[in-house]
Amino acid sequence: MDKILVGLKRVVDFNVRVRVKNDGTGVETGGVKMSINPFDEIALEEALRIRERGEAKEVIVVSIGASESAQQLRTGLAMGADRAILIQTTAAADPISRARALLEIVNREAPGLVLLGKQAIDNDDNQTGQMLAALWGRPQATSASKLELNGDTARVTREVDLGLEIVDVDLPAVVTVDLRLNEPRYVKLPDIMKAKKKPLDEIPIADLGVEASPVIEEILFEPPEQRQKGVIVDNVAGLIAALKDKGLL
Amino acid sequence: MTKILIVAEHDGQTLNPSTAKVVACAAEIDGAELDVVVFSDSASDVVVQAAKLDAISRVLTVDSVSSKNALAAMIAPQMVAIADGYSHLFGPSTTFGKDLMPRVAALLGVNQISDIMSVEGSHTFKRPIYAGNVVLTVKAPADRPVVATVRTASYQAVGSDNSAVVENIECTVELPTHTRFVELKSASSDRPDLQTAARVVSGGRALGSSENFDIIFALADKLGAGVGASRAAVDAGYVPNEMQVGQTGKIIAPALYVAIGISGAIQHLTGIKDAGTIVAINKDGEAPIFEVADIGLVGDLFKLVPEFTAALK
Ligand SMILES: Cc1cc2nc3c(=O)[nH]c(=O)nc-3n(C[C@H](O)[C@H](O)[C@H](O)COP(=O)(O)OP(=O)(O)OC[C@H]3O[C@@H](n4cnc5c(N)ncnc54)[C@H](O)[C@@H]3O)c2cc1C
Ligand SMILES: Nc1ncnc2c1ncn2[C@@H]1O[C@H](COP(=O)(O)O)[C@@H](O)[C@H]1O
Repeated sequence: MDKILVGLKRVVDFNVRVRVKNDGTGVETGGVKMSINPFDEIALEEALRIRERGEAKEVIVVSIGASESAQQLRTGLAMGADRAILIQTTAAADPISRARALLEIVNREAPGLVLLGKQAIDNDDNQTGQMLAALWGRPQATSASKLELNGDTARVTREVDLGLEIVDVDLPAVVTVDLRLNEPRYVKLPDIMKAKKKPLDEIPIADLGVEASPVIEEILFEPPEQRQKGVIVDNVAGLIAALKDKGLL
Repeated sequence: MTKILIVAEHDGQTLNPSTAKVVACAAEIDGAELDVVVFSDSASDVVVQAAKLDAISRVLTVDSVSSKNALAAMIAPQMVAIADGYSHLFGPSTTFGKDLMPRVAALLGVNQISDIMSVEGSHTFKRPIYAGNVVLTVKAPADRPVVATVRTASYQAVGSDNSAVVENIECTVELPTHTRFVELKSASSDRPDLQTAARVVSGGRALGSSENFDIIFALADKLGAGVGASRAAVDAGYVPNEMQVGQTGKIIAPALYVAIGISGAIQHLTGIKDAGTIVAINKDGEAPIFEVADIGLVGDLFKLVPEFTAALK
């Protein structure tokens, strides 16, 4: 295939303990470390490996977001992507708008494969890949832990509740990746310098002619109910007594 | 009028317990009329089980050989074809529902609400985001169908004393051939199912090997418990992926959860926040798991767990 398209979302780093703003309108992101969504890093790593095996010619990373998302695209370029597209929007795009925007890029670039994360770890939606596949009228294979290309088809191992499901999909297709697919490479300093010269196109989302749909309103952000810290017992006898106390033994 | 269509999850023989939990969630919407739809090639037993679910009006059956392996690409167009007249379409947030429902939503041109944990009104719901560190209240537009997945750990299954009407629906949409099921590999086990077990024992990285995991299995057998694991234990290959508990594994709500040699990363804790009682055994008294454990025991698991197992009758 010629091209692989990879979605990179800028999210609060997975190590950060997020805090809800006092007025309940969102979470604090000021001064917080931002990163590529961990699943997306894995998607990019897979795309790079496919290209390095000679099974694809070009890896394009795309992000939908405000101008700061260019940082994550630069990191993607430093990892080895060939070029980047930033779909500019200041509004936090809702899932179907994201999928429609990605579909426009798909129509322009005609990739043989679209690799996305299985979910973004901020909104935990787990929707974009499935929606893109539906709108595109193409196959989806979600939560992939293994991906083999065989000419016009791909064999994907999916992590499902019952174990591992293997499906064959015709290409082009959308594959969303799970954590065990691979271990992403580290970015080296010289690659960061080189990445500065790689092309990064910016397209305002309005230029894509994406039809806006009524979004799901976000009314209130709250911290979850906290569990209370319990007791520490001294030994196994204490544990058994405590369990009996709760009627669990 | 609130009419809710709930997609049944099943394997051709048995209705997955997630379905009865989705029904429980849908039944919390005032005045809603609930239908369950079974897509299958020949799931007569499943239909019988579904018709017993309390609170539902009808079971719709849509028969097609294409539904045999529950591929989203096959079921989504059929679900959309029968969606007319429904104000809500619900599925479980299991791997089946997560695969299917966004595809349905996109075909209907709407957004999906993922992981409903509480119903606040016919179009207002709460859902967890940021690995459960934030609870978000969302409101869906009233003039189009609400497509959603339900966080099954937040709901108790409805009872099964009903005998709902069963109706067969003809559905003749054209289905794609671009997606083909090859195989399902699952490590079958006689132990209670992780997602429905009343008790679960989980092991973490500290176990060190798949052989050592036997002490977890031995304890679980004594307790009649299902067995889970942290991502670190799965990644290290001690146990298969379907045992993973947490943000990217299973979200569970057993009455008793025993975490052994698990540090308590937020991504793990999000999977157990609805557990009744959490027991933690860890040699590090400062481990974050102790912040949420109801009963903590500090020490070496290789000594304490066999001792615990032996002490149980
Ligand atoms: C996007 C994303 C999603 C993730 N999803 C999940 C998920 O779904 N589920 C999940 O579990 N993780 C998930 N993780 C990983 C998570 O962040 C942690 O890395 C993981 O949970 C750690 O597993 P652990 O507690 O077994 O290992 P560790 O953190 O290494 O903890 C091992 C614990 O064992 C204790 N210990 C060591 N030896 C002994 C002994 N002899 N006796 C008693 N105690 C001992 C140690 O004190 C330590 O607390 C995810 C991470 C990311 C980035
Ligand atoms: N704003 C975005 N920019 C680029 N890719 C995105 C964006 N949002 C979602 N995606 C992709 O879609 C996947 C699933 O996201 P979600 O459906 O939001 O959980 C992510 O892992 C990304 O690969």
